[in-house]
Amino acid sequence: MANYLFKCPDHPDRVPRVAPVAPRHRLTIHSNDADPRAAAITEGAAQLGMGDIGTVAVADIIFVDGDITAEDLDRLHGVLVDPLLQHGNWDPPTASGVEITLQPGVTDSDADAVRHTAERLGVAIDAAATGTRIEFGDAVTPERADEIVARLVANPIIERWTHGCIEPIHPEGRDVAGAATVIALRDADEETLHEINAERALYLDPQELVAIRDHFASLGRDPTDLELETLAQTWSEHCAHKTFRAAIHATGGPEGGEVDIMPLMQQLRVCTETIDAEYVRSAFVGNAGVIEFSKGTTIALKAETHNHPSAVEPFGGANTGVGGVIRDVLGIAHKPIAITDILCFGPADLPLADLPDGSLHPLRIREGVVAGVADYGNKIGLPTVAGAILYDRAYTTNPLVFAGCIGTAATRPLHEGPRAGDRIIVIGGATGRDGIRGATFSSATMDASTGEVAGASVQIGAPIVEKLLIDALVGAEDLYSAITDCGAGGLSSAVGEMAEGVGADVELDLVPRKYPGLQPWEVWLSEAQERMVVAVPPRNVSAIINRCARVGVDAAEIGAFTGDEVLTVRSGGEPVAQLDTAFLHDGRPQRQMRAELPDPNRIERLSRTVADPAEAILKLLAHPNIASKAATIHRYDHEILGSTVVRPLIGAASDGPADGVVLAPPAVGAGLAIGIGVNPWYGLHDPEAMAYAVVDEAIRNVVAVGADPDRVALLDNFSWGDPRRPSTLGELAAAVEGCCAAAYVYDAPFVSGKDSLNNEYVGTDGERHAVPPTLVITAVAHVPDADRCVTPDLAAAGNVLMLIGSTEIEFAGSHLDKVLGEPAGVGVAPAPDPDAPEHYRLLHAAMQAGLVQSCHDVSEGGFAVALAEMCLAGRLGATIETLGHDDLAAALFSESIGRLIVEIEPRSVTAFERIMGDECLRLGEVNDAGILWLPGVKPILVADLADAFNSGGPM
Amino acid sequence: MSQVPAIIIAGPGTNRDADVRDALELVGADARIVLASELIERPRLLGDYRLAVVAGGFSYADSLGAGRMLALDLVVGLGEEMRAFVAAGRPVIGICNGFQVLTRARLLPGALGHNAQGRFDCRWVVLDPVPRSTSIWTKGIEDPIHCPIAHGEGRYVHPDPESLAAAGQVALRYRSTNPNGSVADIAGVCDPSGVVLGLMPHPENHIVARQHPRHCRGGGGPAHLGLRLFENGVRHAKEL
Repeated sequence: MANYLFKCPDHPDRVPRVAPVAPRHRLTIHSNDADPRAAAITEGAAQLGMGDIGTVAVADIIFVDGDITAEDLDRLHGVLVDPLLQHGNWDPPTASGVEITLQPGVTDSDADAVRHTAERLGVAIDAAATGTRIEFGDAVTPERADEIVARLVANPIIERWTHGCIEPIHPEGRDVAGAATVIALRDADEETLHEINAERALYLDPQELVAIRDHFASLGRDPTDLELETLAQTWSEHCAHKTFRAAIHATGGPEGGEVDIMPLMQQLRVCTETIDAEYVRSAFVGNAGVIEFSKGTTIALKAETHNHPSAVEPFGGANTGVGGVIRDVLGIAHKPIAITDILCFGPADLPLADLPDGSLHPLRIREGVVAGVADYGNKIGLPTVAGAILYDRAYTTNPLVFAGCIGTAATRPLHEGPRAGDRIIVIGGATGRDGIRGATFSSATMDASTGEVAGASVQIGAPIVEKLLIDALVGAEDLYSAITDCGAGGLSSAVGEMAEGVGADVELDLVPRKYPGLQPWEVWLSEAQERMVVAVPPRNVSAIINRCARVGVDAAEIGAFTGDEVLTVRSGGEPVAQLDTAFLHDGRPQRQMRAELPDPNRIERLSRTVADPAEAILKLLAHPNIASKAATIHRYDHEILGSTVVRPLIGAASDGPADGVVLAPPAVGAGLAIGIGVNPWYGLHDPEAMAYAVVDEAIRNVVAVGADPDRVALLDNFSWGDPRRPSTLGELAAAVEGCCAAAYVYDAPFVSGKDSLNNEYVGTDGERHAVPPTLVITAVAHVPDADRCVTPDLAAAGNVLMLIGSTEIEFAGSHLDKVLGEPAGVGVAPAPDPDAPEHYRLLHAAMQAGLVQSCHDVSEGGFAVALAEMCLAGRLGATIETLGHDDLAAALFSESIGRLIVEIEPRSVTAFERIMGDECLRLGEVNDAGILWLPGVKPILVADLADAFNSGGPM
Repeated sequence: MSQVPAIIIAGPGTNRDADVRDALELVGADARIVLASELIERPRLLGDYRLAVVAGGFSYADSLGAGRMLALDLVVGLGEEMRAFVAAGRPVIGICNGFQVLTRARLLPGALGHNAQGRFDCRWVVLDPVPRSTSIWTKGIEDPIHCPIAHGEGRYVHPDPESLAAAGQVALRYRSTNPNGSVADIAGVCDPSGVVLGLMPHPENHIVARQHPRHCRGGGGPAHLGLRLFENGVRHAKEL
């Protein structure tokens, strides 16, 4: 359990313990005031419908093993317990309680801190551990206590608990220079191949297994376990994007007939190459996309999904999702500057009875995920700025977590290594049994037993160690020839990818371990977090090692790149894998897939009848998808680095929703805007139109805050169901088509993307539950003047309100249908607006001229909701005389894309109209009566709008 | 005029050190970020500086309680030098995690517990400088300071806040919104001499007008910059 924050050279856990075992001391620490964790348990139990469980107390436990004098125990007590806040006791408690501690082998950084403390005080101890104690009142039976702990507190994947005093277990075992196991594969028939595939959880396709068998047959030998696992990781959906690279034979669609379509990834690449934007430096290669808006500074962009891990262990999954995407940016030699997160959960009010077996309740998942994102971002010291939270029943068993990171660097040539002779150095945390087979796990469908079998797939994050990685690596760009992060697949993927076309020779014995007893393949595949691999020319090795030592992060030289195009892995000097890198990277047979393209309705436009539009507006504002996300946003540090110019919450009371966020360092004039587009509900009706709409929304969000629509780069993240079902693949293909169509029209290139497929859950009833087609588009755009950003809060009474863009009757997938119920005929989903790019250019010119006071995009809930948000953000009313459509429901609630509401000072109206031409509609004006007046709608108090928007529960 | 040499003490996980450096440099200090471990190896290094900051962040990941481990480093490894630094009247400021460190190290009175609402909270707050305070950091500042908080353990606890105030040691109070349940709305306290200040909010994140959330609507402005605290500290160090 080495943790590089705490230097313990003679690490007790690395030395096999020799009997007799030292005496154990335990310090129980209670808070003097109410412990917030206790309140969280009481509230959580009430939310889950467990009723009032009475008073709960929570205490921390610290275990220290060793022959420690009473005086030294006092000294430890003096440091570990702050009398103004806490009281501690070395006597074991006699009252009843449930005690929780980490499973053996799970990183316990608090225990490392205890050891560090003892060392500083000069108190010799053998081992340390920590735990938590929950004390319930008499009204709670032991069975009830168990249920509460299981539902709300402990996670059996990383923790265990007991009634009464718990005893922590320290990992035992000796280091074994274990030999590799040879897998008899050469002569295996397809049935045997299938068995091996299932037994080792390889998740390889049948033809891939055959290709591997034939490869080894041609070599006249069988593969080792390490070779087979390396191939499975490298060829996993997660790493190889088999579906996005597949040859697709498609049927159906609006035109009918049969057609072979270009692999999806190639479509996106061709699109970016065709757009040929001058600011793109690197797209779809390496760890992240790279763009250069302002000469001299490049920007790296990446967004990732971390869905499966977050379903099983929400805190750890989201935590390491953020950590992983930060390393992606670090892995393209950029300094991370901001984090984004888009989260999809099941309904927070889902009755326990409706919760499928083996799934955690959405409340628990949400709490864990949000805490996980907050913990990593806040501790590593990056602002978590842009994001979204979506709720849908279909996300109950498959929550989605999209995490993004943006970085900057002084412009320099991209790294071109590794070169033969470069040394392989692993920097960061030590390797443990965490996250074994994560890449293949994330490529699998989940079921009720997933939590149990996937336990080892969960990674535990240590944000401070990653902070040290940043400290060590930023500024070291000239010392290495190549860099990549250890993500899915661990060293096997990192070194394997770097070795492509070069070859490498690695000695596993040189990889630092958290604890003894790891098998060679476990070391090779472990997804222990916070590690980077760099290729370093021999002359720079000591410089890199010294940098790492200075900031306190470990660096280990584990081998070299060779030039023989063979990936050689050794354990104790003996080769345990010798893979031809050409076969590893190019030997995978292309997947052949069938797609059934959707044929959505695009003709029959159906409006809605809304009996009480005012009530509908308030209901929409209170809908969890639209309502304020303030409770989550405030848990993220969005101020650190001092660069946040437009925040996620804006306006008079800092409670209005911003469209995009803008970052600009205090001394820099230009900024970066980040906008998000996501709408799975359109995708249920028309995946292609959905993709186009979310690209538009992401771009519109950045334009609304003052970004230049001609300098936008995009990221795509697809979370889909099982693509081996032709209809699902058809929807995916349609969405990619929509993405590319929009990118061409807006002249905005994709620079990086990631897909997460198989987001499905097979219930114990055998039924499959897939996520709705969820495409997240992140737009990053250049803001020429960060002092001139625009926000949605209304500025002053008397100003004129205008609508840009046209309103059509487009209700399929709308939020109006969510609050009033979906009718039998839904009509059409929002269609592309070919005029939008020109509108955005003109609007940007008007903003640059300082003519726009406030601006908001029209999205979920339509025009009425957008205007209501502007009112509540500015705490000002609006008097509207003209609407964007004759049909009242369409004018208020249709979700046609390409629309923005702007506020213009009366004296600027002429100038604004001169720029916009007849591309805008004068609606009415801002009032200071605190009332929203809309034609045909009962007047609504702005205070009531704010209340509805802020009422949406704790998130 | 020569620049005031200022040291920003960072532990593993300190993360607002660069923000503080920006603030100090803007008011004419020559600021350097030095790791506590380096300082412990060479304790006399501290004497080269005229002003010290313990910056915000999550030193040692907040293990066993915010600030505890870094405070232990400073007390065991650097206790005498720190006391001499303060005794010489050189200004010290601990911000957020730095405040937690200074209370744990007993350089400032009181303690910081979990926020009353039980969660990390990031939002802008308004701070009223306390006129009677002996703090050299808030001296002469009459306008409220606007700046963000970003912490989970910022509830100031003190057994006798009245006497603390009577002694001039309460330097800053939250105006209207007390974001964390601090006793008597206390946001910042100083040592009896007034040279050591600790506060939970982040004045280093309001050093230019554009950083204020409502700067486009007339919010903030020069009188309310967090930078003013650093101006005071550097001026004091310069006059030593």
